[in-house]
Amino acid sequence: MTRHTPLFILLSLLLGVLFVADLAIGSVSVSAGEVWAALTGGACNDATRNIILNIRLLKAVTALFAGAALAAGGLQMQTLFRNPLAGPYVLGVSSGAGLGVALFLLGAPLLGVAAHSWIQSLGIVGAAWLGSALVLALVMAVSRHIKDIMVILILGMMLGSGIGSVVEILQYLSNEAALKSFVIWTMGSLGDVTGSRLMIMIPIVVAGLILSIAVIKPLNLLLLGENYARTMGLNIRRTRTLIFLSTILLAGTVTAFCGPVGFVGLAVPHLARMLFRSADHRTLMPASMLLGSILLVVCDLLAKTLAFPINTVTALMGIPIVILVVIRNRNIF
Amino acid sequence: MGITLHNLRLAYGRRLLMEHVSAEIPTERLTALVGRNGTGKSTLLRAIAGLNDQFSGEIRLNGRPLEALSPRERAATISFVTTDKIRIANLLCEDVVALGRAPYTNWIGRMQEEDRAIVFRSLELVGMADFARKPMDTLSDGECQRILIARALAQDTPIILLDEPTAFLDLPNRYILCSLLSRLAHEEHKCILFSTHELDIALHICDRVALIDTPDLHLMPAREMAASGHIERLFTEEGLSKAALEGMSQLLKH
Repeated sequence: MTRHTPLFILLSLLLGVLFVADLAIGSVSVSAGEVWAALTGGACNDATRNIILNIRLLKAVTALFAGAALAAGGLQMQTLFRNPLAGPYVLGVSSGAGLGVALFLLGAPLLGVAAHSWIQSLGIVGAAWLGSALVLALVMAVSRHIKDIMVILILGMMLGSGIGSVVEILQYLSNEAALKSFVIWTMGSLGDVTGSRLMIMIPIVVAGLILSIAVIKPLNLLLLGENYARTMGLNIRRTRTLIFLSTILLAGTVTAFCGPVGFVGLAVPHLARMLFRSADHRTLMPASMLLGSILLVVCDLLAKTLAFPINTVTALMGIPIVILVVIRNRNIF
Repeated sequence: MGITLHNLRLAYGRRLLMEHVSAEIPTERLTALVGRNGTGKSTLLRAIAGLNDQFSGEIRLNGRPLEALSPRERAATISFVTTDKIRIANLLCEDVVALGRAPYTNWIGRMQEEDRAIVFRSLELVGMADFARKPMDTLSDGECQRILIARALAQDTPIILLDEPTAFLDLPNRYILCSLLSRLAHEEHKCILFSTHELDIALHICDRVALIDTPDLHLMPAREMAASGHIERLFTEEGLSKAALEGMSQLLKH
């Protein structure tokens, strides 16, 4: 760990600076001094305090947790499946969450359910969890009978595609207003997270992050493959269950609150490997969380400066990293 | 002590591999497991390692039935070097060997002074101490195999299984590796069982040879095995060239 301490300190400082910048920059510019005053309850005017505390702080905190969550989820998937291109999306967890949201946003109006905004936000969360849990249950049921991890990976991809088609049919059938709210959700947004929603999101994401720290040693054993891991005393079924559960809590929740934010889970663990030159999850796990937070705060900064949806920015930043990984085709597993 | 098979019946899918097999694979001896392709060398090793429970009969490790051992106890009794290639960038050799300490470390795998000493000694035993800080993806096949054997040694088990450890090695490396295994069996008091296709190595370096003669398993000292006639019977086939047949008889004469 000592070898990496300076880099960890540097990245933490960077995250701090970016976090403050994220609070200061926006349609109304606020100086760092005023940001500090607003946060600590010092002297500053009410309008500024309102912008900082009720809008920007919520978004920045959301970015912090969503980034760490997606990166931790992605790292676990990559090691479990020994595939550098695995992520919550590949396993179908994000698509499952998407299907849940689509069924809710597009289906509810078809059935004539009134779309009260409060019911709507709660419904999106519940639907996303149900959707991702459904896909998870299916993948787990198959993995109990088929030990070949590639089969599970392909199954996840097929599920994702199948779900995509179902969602398209739903879109075709639905009315304009419902379609619009769904399309906006698919673009992803950190700004939709209100204070009360954040109070739900943070404890759940923290639970998922604690689980991902708890599986650090099993993940290290899985580096050598399942056979080695099992002969070193690893309970493979329990480990898989913990990793799956953690992924649901992390990816499902973030997808529910922020929409499908792509490429963070896939790209950030590779960024951590490149920067820290380590394969040890005791380094990679905290590094991925930290870098995930940094990446998403940067994306939020860019998204609001350019007025783009967040997942457009994460894709533009993540895709080059993924392409780099594919081209260099390093021996990651 | 060692591995005891009692009335073992082993199948791969619907194909019967072994039936009524009873054998004692002793400790402080190097035993080679040989047999034609598809006769179930890997399946037997996996069953002994606890990775495959598709067998009936009994497998005992140091006198205790396999299924009576908890995963943790099993990990402290038997270690396995598989055919999986470990070529991971950024993964240092000493970290791979350190993973062998997993059954003995805490939830996050913190190494104590004693663990570090065992890792270093394991690396020294396989002659790879200089490679401790090198990443796995820069090693040759022979070096890689030795690191994986060091990992098994760090696991500190009385029994070590290896699945075709010589498969990708050139001739000198095959002999070096098997001599190393032989030394470890005798000097470190291990029960070592490994599968191989190298009949010359099995007959000349190993103490004992276990030969799969479906559905039987013949286990005897290497010298007796060479004289038993089993090898000629199982490894010669109509259509083999005269040169190949002569090579075979040369092999058995030594």
